[in-house]
Amino acid sequence: MTASTLATSSAAPPTRSAGPRSGRIRATLTRARTALGPSGIVAALFLLAVVVFALIAPLVAPADPNAQSLLDAYAGPSPEHLLGADGIGRDILSRLIYGSRTSLLGPALVVLVALAVGIPLALAGAWYGGAVDAVVARVFDLVYALPGLLLAVLAVALFGPGLTPAVVALSIAYVPFLARVVRAAARQQRVSPYVDALAVQGFGAARINVRHILRNITPVVLGQAAIAFGYALLDLASLSYLGLAVQAPTADWGVMVSDTDALMKGYWLPVVLPGLLIVACVLSLTVLGSRISGERPQPYLRRRRPRPAQDQRRRADRTSRSGDQP
Amino acid sequence: MTDATPLLELRGLGVQLPGDGGPRAVLHGIDLTLGAGEALGLVGESGSGKSMTMRAITGLLPPGAQLDGTVRFEGEDIAAMAPSTLRRYRDRGVGMVFQDPRAHINPTRRIGSFLTEALTLNRGLGRRAAQARAIATLSEVGIDEPERRLRQYPHELSGGMLQRVMIASVLLAEPRLLLADEPTTALDVTIQAEVVGILDQLRRDRGLGMVFVTHDLDLALAVCHRVAVMYAGRIVEVRSAERMHEENAHPYTRGLLGSRPAIDHRAERLTAIPGRPVSAFEAGPGCAFATRCAHVQPLCRERPPELAPFRGGLVRCHRVAEIHQETSDGTSSQEATA
Amino acid sequence: MARLILHRLGGLLVTLLLSSMVIFGSLYLAPGSPENVLFGNRAPSAATRAAVRHQLHLDQPLPVRYWDWLTGALHGDLGRSMVTGQPVAERVGAGLTTTLLLVAMATVLIALLGLGLGTLAALRPGPVDAGVSVATSVSVTVPPFVASTVLISVFAVRLGWFPASGTEPGFLGSLHSLVLPACALALIACGFLARVTRDALREQLVREHVQTAEARGLARWPLLRRHVFRNALPPVITAMGLLTAGLLAGTLVVESAFAVPGIGQLTIQSVAQKDFPVVQAVALLLVAAFVICNAATDLIQALIDPRLRAAGRNT
Repeated sequence: MTASTLATSSAAPPTRSAGPRSGRIRATLTRARTALGPSGIVAALFLLAVVVFALIAPLVAPADPNAQSLLDAYAGPSPEHLLGADGIGRDILSRLIYGSRTSLLGPALVVLVALAVGIPLALAGAWYGGAVDAVVARVFDLVYALPGLLLAVLAVALFGPGLTPAVVALSIAYVPFLARVVRAAARQQRVSPYVDALAVQGFGAARINVRHILRNITPVVLGQAAIAFGYALLDLASLSYLGLAVQAPTADWGVMVSDTDALMKGYWLPVVLPGLLIVACVLSLTVLGSRISGERPQPYLRRRRPRPAQDQRRRADRTSRSGDQP
Repeated sequence: MTDATPLLELRGLGVQLPGDGGPRAVLHGIDLTLGAGEALGLVGESGSGKSMTMRAITGLLPPGAQLDGTVRFEGEDIAAMAPSTLRRYRDRGVGMVFQDPRAHINPTRRIGSFLTEALTLNRGLGRRAAQARAIATLSEVGIDEPERRLRQYPHELSGGMLQRVMIASVLLAEPRLLLADEPTTALDVTIQAEVVGILDQLRRDRGLGMVFVTHDLDLALAVCHRVAVMYAGRIVEVRSAERMHEENAHPYTRGLLGSRPAIDHRAERLTAIPGRPVSAFEAGPGCAFATRCAHVQPLCRERPPELAPFRGGLVRCHRVAEIHQETSDGTSSQEATA
Repeated sequence: MARLILHRLGGLLVTLLLSSMVIFGSLYLAPGSPENVLFGNRAPSAATRAAVRHQLHLDQPLPVRYWDWLTGALHGDLGRSMVTGQPVAERVGAGLTTTLLLVAMATVLIALLGLGLGTLAALRPGPVDAGVSVATSVSVTVPPFVASTVLISVFAVRLGWFPASGTEPGFLGSLHSLVLPACALALIACGFLARVTRDALREQLVREHVQTAEARGLARWPLLRRHVFRNALPPVITAMGLLTAGLLAGTLVVESAFAVPGIGQLTIQSVAQKDFPVVQAVALLLVAAFVICNAATDLIQALIDPRLRAAGRNT
């Protein structure tokens, strides 16, 4: 009993630190700040603001996003319409605020479904290796080569336009995007000594995978999920723009960009603003994602590879070749 | 050798690399001289600065590195060389045999391309002429079917064979100075002796100067005229190879000689040097070896020792005379002066 | 090498056959009968419906219909559009040249800008690298439809340099009217390729074999050409393969934005109209393009890396 707890605590990397609650929270915040860096913090704050606005849209939107008033058609920015109005006099700011709801909901669903499907598959592949892994990897590769947008268009062809078929199709398309990264990270953990230590102590595969491996690769998973969120947002907005996902009267950023009428008449504000919002969200998500998963430039001194491991690999590699003497 | 300009001369050579908290010294005050046809061994553990010294000699420091002191090749400061002169120096002056031939030979090009490119690109030699010379040199380093090898890719050759290809490529350039950076570390033990043998033989035949880097002190003693022992980016002892076994004086050198099994008698137990090697930037204000030295005194931790003459060699230790006296029981301690 | 090509070619045919089955099957298993497109809002009598179903061969079992379609397709007959009644092959053929021209123009842009900027960033650390890095970070988040609207707003509506929609007659006319769509299409891919190129070059630049070449006194350009560029190719080729596939998907959006009469617009239109014969032909065409793209990528990889060539199927 004591032996096993001892072994666990020494073999598993520390994931929790002791201390009073407030101190722990402060420590977490400090760690987050140093990990994210200035660009990551700006991105996180921006995204936080967008999410908050989406959640409390009715409270902050100055007007009903669908209220028309032909007198205000293409009105410029004024105290009444802070960002102007579109061709049938709907308030652009309100439509942008309400539009964040559909624009964020879709990609959120895509990422959640893709994670729910992808993580178990990836962990199973990494854990069992062999045939299971080969099949999983091959399927991932196949789906990965197919652009999500095309898959979604085909789904719409089957089931008709709407958010649901688009989300389902994109979920499938994003499974490999997430699972490939999870699999690679889990494979690395799989061969580390602490996993062997746990297995020797008789812990089951499920427990080790969920409580230890998954926990240790969380940053990688979260980072990749943030990036996937950004690209799912792009794809869904593109589909809404094409009239295949969110349908026209609904306030949605992609739908708003498809207002070609305004564009041709030279009113760029109603069209370009939602576009800029999309770009800003995706940019923030990619910045945040890469910061979370820990892509940082390393100074020269740290880049040295561990020599013994390298030599071992080389030696193994050499013995498998033909001998030196011809 | 005393009068003429030496082949290679390092004076106060220091290298600083950019680190997390400002520049970090990895080499410190290296003074070395090498005459034509002389072989010098550079011995130390990983991180002692051997490879960085080699890089400094070829002028191939990592980006952001800062160089102090001078490296002179045949009297010319390589830091002051124009780019074209520097290229010419690397082409004809100095040749380098690297530690790991599989990493150091481009895997996507044929052996023939690797061997002939310096000749055709730098010296405008024709393809056929260059190939003919490559074939001749390959036979010289003991590779059979040289014509076929030229058409092969690196992954088709074994590690020992690749290292011979590497040596051949250096010989083809006919340099005056040969740098060998742990040429056998990545090879199987059985092949190590062969490769060293080839290297030594060819150096003698052609009268090249050689700097031989290794962590194996005995190997260095077997191949070189003189050996410099390095620790934490500094030279701690320089001595002729013949005298090293009898006259070794620095505690670190003694530790190195004591930590390997001897052939002639069965030791009870090998004496290991306690602790781990430190890098130059980790060393305190005193002697860098103080943290692991059995003879350490307060003075050692306060003031860095100088490299001073002792019994025919150079030793960097405050207490070298005392230690020598202690261990040799007072015999022949009177000669310990300079 | 020959074995590898055969192996790849076989895999390619199998994939195409399988995907044609999946596409054909799923479209006809979809909810709602295909013939409803013809009736629109009218409610036909049972006899009419049966007659139409017979005419469209919808009354036959799925495998028979698939076989008929497949043999037809192999003879260049892809059926008729349910909406216009035109032969599908004709409609697809009309759009194909335009789309190919568009993709070709975008590819040239991507290759020039992406490879160029990536190389520049890799070889010039410091401000140049940082600047390119910022530009590419932003460009990979600008979707084609947003880029399209901005380009239309500035260069078509405001400045009037290029048409905002459609293509002008003649080859030069199409070339001129495809400039903006090509730019909108290329933007994301340029950024990606620049990043991949930069990272791949950086990785090679610090490699040991480059050190060897430097230690032998090779001049900068021969060194880069022989030891850096070529060795950095594999990730760049992989990226280009994936990006070309993405480019084909991008044509769906860009052609719709600029009303370019190509495959992309045709796909979106037929999807919206549930014109199944056209959808399945176009879908199969796009899938074929992807599969060929991937196979070409693998073959080029094998050509570059002698280790893969020897391994044969180890891709």
